[in-house]
This record gives sequence, C-alpha cells and structure tokens, in this order.
Amino acid sequence: MSVLETDPREKVQVLAEDGSVVEGATVPDLSEETFVEMYRTMKLARHFDERAVSLQRQGRMGTYPPLSGQEGAQVGSAMALRDEDWIVPSYREHAASYVHGLTLEGTLRYWMGDERGNKLEDLNIFPVAVPIASQIPHAAGLGMAADYNDSDEVFMCYFGDGATSEGDFHEGLNFGGVFDTPTVFFCNNNQWAISVPREKQTAAETIAQKAVAYGMDGVQVDGMDPLAVYQVTSAAVERARSAEGEQLRPTLIEAVQYRYGAHTTADDPSVYREDDEVEEWKAKDPIPRLEAFLRDRGVLDDERVAELTDSIEEEVAEAIDTAEEYTRPTTESMFEHVYAEMPERLRQQQAYLDRLQSEHGDEELLE
Amino acid sequence: MSDTQNLTLVQAVRDGLKGELERDDDVVVFGEDVGKNGGVFRATQGLYEEFGEERVFDTPLAESGIVGTAVGMAAYGMKPVPEMQFSGFAYPGFDQIVSHAARLRTRSRSRFSVPMTLRMPYGGGIRAPEHHSESKEAFYAHEAGLKVVVPSYRAFREEVPDETYTVELGEATTRREGDDVSLFTWGAMTRPSMAAAENLAGEIDVEVVDLRTLSPMDWDSIVESFKKTGRAVVVHEAPKSGGLGAEIATTIQEEALGYQRAPVQRVTGFDTPFPLYALEDYYMPEAARIEDGIREAVEF
Repeated sequence: MSVLETDPREKVQVLAEDGSVVEGATVPDLSEETFVEMYRTMKLARHFDERAVSLQRQGRMGTYPPLSGQEGAQVGSAMALRDEDWIVPSYREHAASYVHGLTLEGTLRYWMGDERGNKLEDLNIFPVAVPIASQIPHAAGLGMAADYNDSDEVFMCYFGDGATSEGDFHEGLNFGGVFDTPTVFFCNNNQWAISVPREKQTAAETIAQKAVAYGMDGVQVDGMDPLAVYQVTSAAVERARSAEGEQLRPTLIEAVQYRYGAHTTADDPSVYREDDEVEEWKAKDPIPRLEAFLRDRGVLDDERVAELTDSIEEEVAEAIDTAEEYTRPTTESMFEHVYAEMPERLRQQQAYLDRLQSEHGDEELLE
Repeated sequence: MSDTQNLTLVQAVRDGLKGELERDDDVVVFGEDVGKNGGVFRATQGLYEEFGEERVFDTPLAESGIVGTAVGMAAYGMKPVPEMQFSGFAYPGFDQIVSHAARLRTRSRSRFSVPMTLRMPYGGGIRAPEHHSESKEAFYAHEAGLKVVVPSYRAFREEVPDETYTVELGEATTRREGDDVSLFTWGAMTRPSMAAAENLAGEIDVEVVDLRTLSPMDWDSIVESFKKTGRAVVVHEAPKSGGLGAEIATTIQEEALGYQRAPVQRVTGFDTPFPLYALEDYYMPEAARIEDGIREAVEF
C-alpha cells in the first residue's frame, strides 16, 4: 500500500520527537551526504529567518513573513523535486525556494521592497503570490499546460491552512481532480492564519480529508518531521509524474506544523495565543530531531555541527551584504514591466516623473 | 459646542464602531483577525472583549464568504459591518459586492435592502508587501447601488467631537477657502494637498475641497467651487486613467463650461501596478507634485 493511501485522519511519522525512528516506519533511502544537506538547509533557513526578522527590526527591511518552525516541511518537501519540477509558492516558502535554487539575497531583496528579487531567471519557481490561495488554480493550470506539451514536470503548490477556506482552494483542487493534473497540493498547516486558529477555518477533523471530495488521495504528515515529509512528498511527486490507469495524479498533503513567530513582522502573536502552546510545539522542532537521528547514526558529531554552523553563518552574512549593496531600483523600472510594449501614455507619465525628479530633486519630491 | 478629542483615523473608526455596537443590537462586526487580535490596524481593538464573540467575531479566511454572509444578514434586517483586511485582498468578495450587495434592492424591487457597512483600508505609504497599497475606489464608485466613502487624514491625528456624531453621506467639506483655483481630493491625499495650498499661500489662493463621499458625489459643491475659481485640480492616489478625476473634469465641463479658464489638471498615481516599497514614494503624489499641478492650472 502506498503511504498516500494512509487514512487522511492519521498522521504519518518517521522520526519521533526525540529523533528515534517510530516503530514500523521506513527511513527514506538517502545518502549520508543528502541527510546532511537536509539538516544543513533547515539550520540555514532558521538562521536566515532570525537574521531577517532582526533586519526588519533595525529598519533595514520591510514587513517580512518568518518561517521558523516550518523548515522540516519546506526542506523535506522541496528535496523531493527534480530541478525541472516547479514550485508554486505563497509568500513564506523561503526555504523551499532556496532548495530549488533561489538565492538568499533574492528573497532578501524582495522583502526589502525591490521587485528585482522576484525575477527568478532560469529557475522553475513561480513568483510570490500574496493574495491567499490565489496560486492554487495556477498550479493546476500549469499542470494542464505541461500535459498539453507532453512534459513530465511536476508542480508543487504551497499554501497555508487559512488558504483552505478560500474559494480558490476549492476551484484549484477541483480542476486538479477533473483534469487529472500533475500537481502536489501541499498545505503548510501551521495552525494559525494570523490570529485565527485552524479550528476556525474548518469544522473538518483534518485538512487532508478534504481531498476525498476531489477524488484524490489526501495524506496528513507530521510537518516537523523532515523524513516523513520527504517520504510522503516523494510518493506524491512520483504519482504525479507517472500514475497510470484509474489512479488520479494529484495529491493533497497536509503537513502539520507550527509557526513559532508572528505571521509577519507586523503582528504580535502574544495577543492571540499562549506561550505554553508555542513551547509545546517547540518540543517537536525539526532541526534537533534530525540532528539526534544523524548523531545516533554517527553521521554528525560536535565538530561537524560546529563546521556547518560556521559555514551557514558565513553564507547568510554574505547574502545580506550582497542584498544591501544593491542600489535602489530606478524609477523607470516602475513603468517598464507593465506591458511588453509601453503604451504612449505610460511613456508620457514616465517622462513626467523624470521631469519632476530633475526639477525638484529626490529630497523635495519624496518629502 | 461639545468638547473634542485628538484621534487618529483608526481610533476614530474604532470609536465609531463602538458607538454603533452600543446603540444598535443589530450591528455586528466580523472579518479576518478583527476579534481577539483587534484588527491588523487595531481598528477593532477591545471590541471583542467588550461586546463578546456574538457581536464581534473572526471568520474563516474567505472574503466572498465574509461579504456574502453579510448580504444575507443585512437582507434579514441586521446591520453587519464586515471588514476586508486590505482592499487589495477584497477581490474574492468583489462578486458579492457588485452582484449582490449593490443590487439586491433593485432585484427585489426594494423588498430587500443591504444595510451593510463594508470597511477596507486602502492606499500606500505603509512600507507593506504587494497588494497592501492600492487605491481602487473607482471600481466601487463605478457600481450603481453602492455608496462609497473615504475618510481623510489617514495615520494623522485630527480633532473630532468627543461624543457620537454623524457626517452626512454625499456632502463634501471645504478644508480651505480660496479664490484662484479649486483643488478636489479625498482620503490621504487631503494632507499633501493642504500642504501644497499652504506652501503657495500669498502667491496662489487655493480652495481645497475634501469630497469625503465618492458616490454619490457632492456635485453641487464641486460645481459651485469651480464657478467661483474657474480652475480645477483633482488629486488622487489612484492611477490616472479611468480614475474619478476624469469624472469630475467632465462634469465640470457639462455644468460650468462658461466659467472655465483653464484645462482641469489631474495629479495622480501612475498607470502602473503599485510598486513595492523601494519606489512607493515616487508613485504617490506629494506636495511638490501637487504644487506643480496647481501652477499648471493657474498659469495656463
């Protein structure tokens, strides 16, 4: 039986909270090198996240959506993709996108208010979609187009628990089912849509069970267990790429996890949830969990962890330096990407802004 | 004369909601994060605690659901005050707004009406991500059956009466009297428009009219002011093309062509998506740009 056929009200797990292997679970067959890469990437994502929040606090970056607590789901799932597969993200998938090739400075620049951070040349990553759930139908449509073009690319669509309340969730999954698209619908259920808890999004027991209504399999996985996430997502990706006969290709995955920090740096979670709850979830942290597993297998020791920590800090610091070295985008960039051929009226408006800039200077103009 | 207090727009909105919740049991406030969290701008802060979950509540994250259920409640006789968290996120609810909230009266030959007050913050200057900064009032003003209101002085304090008060819908207010040129504006653009008028004082005498209600618009006040000055500047944050500035300019021509001494000037946002915040200050009209527009009108 495929792991995807697990009852959608049961949670798939490979590693227990202490890093030991759960009885009866299958550890994914990965090389030592790949296990270490998974560990390093999660640790890097955590460090990056802490630095990014701190940059925002110092006024060096705008509003930023943190991901701490969600590294296991993002890294474990994105590692199940091939390079030619696609990520269709919401706005919090900094770690998944990094796995798929997006540079850290690209993510930083975007959240520093520079659109150039969203120009993902040569990467199969769709731009950030801020309106909740709006990217889900795109993922189904991208899959329809890939089919039309006889491609075997798979589309990994990320969204949160709040997104499952939107009409676009229903419409995207329904199209996915009806047109049998090569899509993995990956719900990062982090328990909170800003201040609204999962229980207020749906009266259903799990999000995974909603898949039944679309004719596809839904599976709930411990989203803070990177090995379980990798196992489930690999099976879903494989099915999306090569399912045959009666079996539908799309899958809905609900990765149960927790956002340790705020929804974005603009809200204060202490207003709407208890510290005890946060501490309970921190006991499930994906990073020490995988570390314990790898130490137990003799893959990691103190020395190796220290080396990795140093290289991570260096990589993140370099990315921040690079991102901050860029000069502000030019005002013409506001006009030049609206149409392939700029309409005359827009050209006139651009010339008007140029004139204002030269007559008044930036200081007076931006007063 | 009653006492006044010094409030921000958000505090005034909160006080208004509180007053209505106290006054009328049929008023309910709901939306995303308006309960315990008190709204992302704090416009509902303390209301959940004071009035309880039956009157002030969080909903699933679903704008069509929020507006659609409000339409149902309103048709039943309640007075719902739903919130769209940002106007840029209102589009899933747009169908319910234009197809039902605006038209249920017409469709039912006035058997049903929709006494709903839908609030949505709009506009730039808050260093926020994409979709948090647009000005799309023209979409709504274009829709028959809706009343569209935009309070001015976003994020700045102003004196307001201490006790519950009302402002008549459909009435503009003259923020500053002047004889040389009429400046028509609304919302957050009132502030830089006033600054521009003050900067030009002694040289050009600018009348600043804050329209406040965009539909139905106070045409009498607009035309009357224009007849006095013969020149007009419209300032809006929204893109120029298809914006309400065009509606104002055309109506002035229809109603008062004989008084017109110069082409109507528009100082507006650009016909581009609202940029991420590294460039947002270039997008939004500010005093220097508005002063240029005023000079254009006067020096014609």
